[in-house]
Amino acid sequence: MASHETPLDPVLDDDEMSRRDVILIAAGGFTAIGTAAALWPLLDQMNPDASALSLATTDVDLAPIEVGQAVTVVWRGKPIFIRHRTPEEIEQANATPLDDLIDPLARNVNLPDDAPATDENRAAPEREPWLIMIGICTHLGCIPQGQAPGQYKGEYGGWFCPCHGSQYDTAGRVRIGPAPENMYIPPYAFTSDTKIRIG
Amino acid sequence: MAHPSTYQPRSGAEKWLDERLPVARLMHDQFMTFPTPRNLNYWWTFGGILTFILVAQIVTGVVLAMHYIPAEDRAFDSIEHIMRDVNWGWLLRYSHAVGASMFFLAAYIHTFRGLYYGSYKAPREVLWILGVLILLLMIATAFMGYSLPWGQMSFWAVTVITNLFSSLDAIVPGLGTTLVQWIWGGFAVGGPTLNRLYSLHYLFPFIIAGVVVLHIWALHVPGNNNPAGIEVKSPKETVPFHPYYSIKDGFALLMFLLLFGVFLFFAPNLLGHADNYIPANPLQTPPHIVPEWYFLPFYAILRAVPDKLLGVIALVSSIVVLFFVPWLDTSKVRSTSYRPVYRWFFWAFVVTCIALGYLGSQAPEGWYLFFGRVFTIYYFAFFLVVMPVVGKFERPRRLPGSITEAVLGHAEQPRSRKREAVA
Amino acid sequence: MTRHVFLNLLGTFLLGFAAPDHAVGQDGHAPEIARQSWSFAPPFGTFDNAQLQRGYQVYRDVCGQCHSMRLLSYRNLGEPGGPEFSAKAVEALAAKSQITDGPDDKGQMFQRPGRPSDRFRSPYANEQAARSANKGALPPDLSVMAKARAGGPDYIYALLTGYRDAPPDMNLAPGMYYNEAFPGHQIAMPPLLQDGAVAYTDGTEKTLDNYARDVSAFLMWAAEPKLEERHKVGMRVMIFLLVFAVIMYLAKRTVWAPLHKHRDTQSS
Repeated sequence: MASHETPLDPVLDDDEMSRRDVILIAAGGFTAIGTAAALWPLLDQMNPDASALSLATTDVDLAPIEVGQAVTVVWRGKPIFIRHRTPEEIEQANATPLDDLIDPLARNVNLPDDAPATDENRAAPEREPWLIMIGICTHLGCIPQGQAPGQYKGEYGGWFCPCHGSQYDTAGRVRIGPAPENMYIPPYAFTSDTKIRIG
Repeated sequence: MAHPSTYQPRSGAEKWLDERLPVARLMHDQFMTFPTPRNLNYWWTFGGILTFILVAQIVTGVVLAMHYIPAEDRAFDSIEHIMRDVNWGWLLRYSHAVGASMFFLAAYIHTFRGLYYGSYKAPREVLWILGVLILLLMIATAFMGYSLPWGQMSFWAVTVITNLFSSLDAIVPGLGTTLVQWIWGGFAVGGPTLNRLYSLHYLFPFIIAGVVVLHIWALHVPGNNNPAGIEVKSPKETVPFHPYYSIKDGFALLMFLLLFGVFLFFAPNLLGHADNYIPANPLQTPPHIVPEWYFLPFYAILRAVPDKLLGVIALVSSIVVLFFVPWLDTSKVRSTSYRPVYRWFFWAFVVTCIALGYLGSQAPEGWYLFFGRVFTIYYFAFFLVVMPVVGKFERPRRLPGSITEAVLGHAEQPRSRKREAVA
Repeated sequence: MTRHVFLNLLGTFLLGFAAPDHAVGQDGHAPEIARQSWSFAPPFGTFDNAQLQRGYQVYRDVCGQCHSMRLLSYRNLGEPGGPEFSAKAVEALAAKSQITDGPDDKGQMFQRPGRPSDRFRSPYANEQAARSANKGALPPDLSVMAKARAGGPDYIYALLTGYRDAPPDMNLAPGMYYNEAFPGHQIAMPPLLQDGAVAYTDGTEKTLDNYARDVSAFLMWAAEPKLEERHKVGMRVMIFLLVFAVIMYLAKRTVWAPLHKHRDTQSS
């Protein structure tokens, strides 16, 4: 229909032409803005909703956990590893030079972002036997072994991820890849001598 | 309207694709340059509006399905969860609910337009039949969608509508009961019913979309009807769809969205019923059960007949009769504008539909019931008596010789001739 | 006219129906509800935070003794567009309620102070407990009450202020109260909301009228917590669409202008 006989552009003077262009460009612009604005709610609805964001907290009583034992609790749908470490395990973690680490940062949200990955910065404040961290391998999100007594804990005595072989030491720091980062420390605080609240 | 393709691939890639799957050519010929009568009025913009709403309903519906839970004890709360916690959930849910009403509003206007301008007459019978089929599918989809909040109105609407099938017991004893239990998946409306309604509510819109494609295909074979109801005689009487009608439809759509917005943002529950914010209670029927407004005329017809089976037959017939309209109308003239007698009957029919809508919302007592019956009779008489009889006896006004004449009031264009001479 | 008479007769004849003269039955038909003026009603309307805070107090101290609001969480009290209590206040309000949690490590349920993420504490453990404590009547959940009754907040206000002495010709069932606004006029809910029943601290007069108004507004917010956001977004969208429509109209005219130039006056 390009060869249509209806005159699409009969004699229009320049003013008329530019007025026409402005209006058509404005109409196109509004269409684009309107479409983009309508798209946003359709995408944003997939983000975590208000109930998920309302930071549920998890209370844990540490009293029944003996030295050398570990428990796993759930916080916001994620496993939290709690390990009551033996003096040997603590010593082993402290003896590791920071230069040997794949990831030199503490990854502890309770500390500044650039805190180094010393055992002190990883363990519970003033209660070094306690290590509380998010038990998710930083490679692709599997849950490492090493919580249950009989499980293989890897060459560094911490945790071993069965998916792709990452290994963590007794402070939860990655020692053998492919995981790029140490396991993360969640926000938590002691509410009494033997109780913590995660979140 | 078959017309020679004018698509020119502009690049190597377009040419490559065009030789293998000429989808760009199809879009170009059917939606860009498609020759459209130049005299279409604003009543012709509702096809585009309906397409937009269908897409919007499918998109918001898919998104809502990401949060909705079709379980008896969780459906109601999951919708409240959408309204309260999901990001923009209130907007999506109200858009979808108000959108259903807007869909029917536009569809009814579109249908009445087709009825007034005789758009169902040869060679557009299939186009019309597909349109009625879409309306039927819309009714089914809207009914199933309304059940999903699992409020009191949802629950009792499902109970009452599915029980319509039990009227078949009057024909073959036990047939209706068996059928209804099959629909329910139990001995009463319950969890299994909700689950299957949800599944089908998700499926049906895609069937509608498929029939819409056929509807547009069937439109593009003979081309658009027009307010004069006469055939396009020369290419001069048409304009390419884009930009003429794309922009006109766009403007009409925006006006429609303004109306949509008033309901959506400032009165989202006005078209709904308060009782549907009460969770479904299988042990208690609300004192007044009323369908959504767009079903009220049909509901009035159902209640106008004092017999169970006959009432259901009347209800079904009120829609099925539309399929036969192309053959019921015996007039050779398409546009009601040129039919001095039929015109009065047509507007009486419009009033009848509105009146039935009002009566459907009132308790079926006294005068309400009486007028419900009067209007029901006229509803059917319009199709079964008026259409065949008036067409036979009416003397239509003189039709314009061409669309050009219809638009200009005279056959020739003195000024345009002058311009051509000047040019 | 003659046709209508004809159809009337036809209707009567065909369906064997003669229209009775009596008006629509009275029983169960909701009485007229007077409309109140609400800050949230107009298109620009917003909730009055102070009113919602008082309304929450009325709910908690009086209504909440029998009525649950199971869809609301304490955190909602601090969210924008609501009572907007401060984060600290929300925590304190939540902590006032004992929430049943568990099971603990020994398999026992236990009580603990509420947290903002908890749902409002329900006064009864289940429907049966609620009925047995209220002579068989079930106090309905109030979460979406303002949307679940025709008239919404107007109805709730009318109901709370609608207790009267029963007319002498009326036989009230035992344990029922006469209420003007309630369909059928017999309601099982006692008129607990009285002048002075709730200790307002912001200087608002402690009258039944204020309590009823405040708690109705609060229930409206509870039923429609995104109302303010809806009004705000709605206004922006409508203005955008209006401007867009004007531009589109001009674009339509511009595009069609060459066609229209061809003829004298008519428009298509």
